[in-house]
Amino acid sequence: MQNKITIKNLNAWFGAKQVLHDIDIGIEKNGITAIIGPSGCGKSTFIRCLNRMHEVVPYAKASGKVLVDDRDIYDSDIDPVEIRRRIGMVFQKPNPFPTMSIRDNVVAGLKLGGLKDKKILDTMTEESLKKAALWDEVKNDLNKSGVSLSGGQQQRLCIARALAVEPEVILFDEPCSALDPISTSKIEDLMLELKEKYTIVIVTHNMQQAARVSDHTAFFLYGKLIEFGETDQIFKKPKEKSTEDYIIGRFG
Amino acid sequence: MDRLKLSFFRSSRSKLSGDFIFEAVVGLFALGILILAFLLFRELFIESGLSRKTFGLSFLFTSTWDPVNEIFGALPFIFGTLVSSFLALLIAVPFSLGIAIYLSELAPEKLRTPLSFIIELLAAIPSVIIGLWGIFILAPFIRDYLAPPLSTYLGFLPLFQGPMYGLSMLTGGVILAIMVIPITSSVSREVIMTVPTHQREAALALGATGWETTRIAVLPYSRSGIFGAVILGFGRAIGETMAVTMVIGNSPRISESLFSPSYTMASVIANEFVEATSKLYVSSLIEIGFLLLVISVIINVAARILVWKLLKVEGGKVA
Repeated sequence: MQNKITIKNLNAWFGAKQVLHDIDIGIEKNGITAIIGPSGCGKSTFIRCLNRMHEVVPYAKASGKVLVDDRDIYDSDIDPVEIRRRIGMVFQKPNPFPTMSIRDNVVAGLKLGGLKDKKILDTMTEESLKKAALWDEVKNDLNKSGVSLSGGQQQRLCIARALAVEPEVILFDEPCSALDPISTSKIEDLMLELKEKYTIVIVTHNMQQAARVSDHTAFFLYGKLIEFGETDQIFKKPKEKSTEDYIIGRFG
Repeated sequence: MDRLKLSFFRSSRSKLSGDFIFEAVVGLFALGILILAFLLFRELFIESGLSRKTFGLSFLFTSTWDPVNEIFGALPFIFGTLVSSFLALLIAVPFSLGIAIYLSELAPEKLRTPLSFIIELLAAIPSVIIGLWGIFILAPFIRDYLAPPLSTYLGFLPLFQGPMYGLSMLTGGVILAIMVIPITSSVSREVIMTVPTHQREAALALGATGWETTRIAVLPYSRSGIFGAVILGFGRAIGETMAVTMVIGNSPRISESLFSPSYTMASVIANEFVEATSKLYVSSLIEIGFLLLVISVIINVAARILVWKLLKVEGGKVA
């Protein structure tokens, strides 16, 4: 197995409060890696360190290495803007741009990149919406506002928006926590399709979801990585006592 | 529950309780303001009756202001008020937006609160002081340093032709801009701060730079509120009296050139009310006041509605 991302000795802080301690982990290429753990365990912070979104919060900082294809994204000569184009992100709450149409939402990232050709933009709109399994539902309403859609559709629109810039990795930060079960299962199916082409990291509160979609699972507790391994092993034969306690619902 | 309901006319079993008296007293205070506003409106309407009867609608379109022959038209003042206010906005809006964006998006955390406070303090400077500064510093500065290059390089435009003596429409507009910037920038800043973090993060995660995030996520989300802030500033400019009276030149004529003196509705009332001897003269000034009140009420109400609409927005849905 080949690692797309290798994290070495990652620490993160909000002001003086350290929220991640010495995380070492490898993210498999074309796999789905799930991050689980109770609220406040640092799993969202961890995933936000992978595309340098952590540092946009005031007083937040990180140290350590995050190697993407053997290149440290925390190197001083790396532009975080460039990193965020290569490593897309889908957030907990669907956040389409409310003043933009569905089409403009999808190609927002491409337009930032300077792409103006309307034909290419239209092709990319269609392709991205198809990849996000939303095309059939919105193909006649591309000029409608992005927020006219349901929550689940909005989240798939956000996935399409992330896919349009053709990233290598997609980070999902609890993408289904605001969605109903049907929308959730659509997004899970979608992730399974997407992993053919992309490397996926998903933070989730929902253990069944981690068990259903992921190949590897990491369990975080109090900012530390407790256990990391194949999803089957983590859920069936956890090595650590606290992992087992969390999985069978003794806390968290 | 019933006791908690604050209703002035409720049927209470204890009419003379402390609560009732308290309610009645503060209720009267609140009502007093409404009554006062209504009476003001009514008084202006009644007292301007003579002028309205004499000149009718032509009052709005006549540009003669001749107290000797008792011919009065409000057009030069309406023109002066609207043009000086528009000019003020033209100057103030870019500055205010820049200030608001800097304070909400770019300034270091530690600077944000003190800077916003200082800018809001600017709004508290008495306008007569700004007017004095306008007469002694700003007007000579504009006459000596701003007007010459404007007439040299843009002199082909009628806007920048003719002699410039310092007291002019341009000076009035600049003074008004200075008075509008604090309110427009602080309301814009508040509006921009209501843009949810997830909108900024959506743009950043797509690989937007700081400026691009402001352009595609922050400004579109807050545009109606910013528009409201601009209109609030417009309302302030329209009603402003003292400072603008001191620098605009007070000459009731309509000129294409920003270099020539002008006159505003508020200024003419302030300047001429004491010397208005005939009934028609007084009545005409009052009608100008009535018009000014109507214009500012319309503009302020429109702005408030826009700002409220934006602040009510929830869950990423913009109505």
